Amino acid sequence: MILARVVGNVVATQKNHRYENARVMLCQQITPEGDETSYSVLALDSVDAGVGDTVLIVQEGWSASTAATGQAGAAIDSAIVGVVDRIDLL
Amino acid sequence: MQLARVIGTVVATVKNESLAARKLLVVQTVDRNLQASGKPMVAVDAVGAGIGELVFWCRGKEASFPFKREDTPTDCTIVGIVDSEQHVTR
Repeated sequence: MILARVVGNVVATQKNHRYENARVMLCQQITPEGDETSYSVLALDSVDAGVGDTVLIVQEGWSASTAATGQAGAAIDSAIVGVVDRIDLL
Repeated sequence: MQLARVIGTVVATVKNESLAARKLLVVQTVDRNLQASGKPMVAVDAVGAGIGELVFWCRGKEASFPFKREDTPTDCTIVGIVDSEQHVTR
């Protein structure tokens, strides 16, 4: 999983039918220290995350599809599966 | 999934039979500010996208799931068309 910050969302009327009723969130990967990296990614929301939240994103098809739509087999490669409260580092 | 701009088309007469009648598009991945990032790629279209449109694509095995034949050999498929640049809120 990767750590990311939610920075926005996108609206798409024409999309794969498995994306219906899903929220497509625009996320920027961050380091554990909280600095943004250059990698931005779209992820379907499964935990009611909002803009500004630090989140956990799973990037594996079966898990992402199941978390975001309740069923496997969708063309979804990233899903937000947790909102991070705190990161403790050594 | 990642945001990308469709910047071209690819014509291939000789190809895997499960790619028959599929539209191949050249996509340039963009970051959260819609600036190009990384090298362009070829994606299979699953939603009827065209040149100039802002889209998002799905990577990996999941990329073949929109098609009836799940053995369609693709690792990058366009699964949604963003309504407009104003529909990317950030």
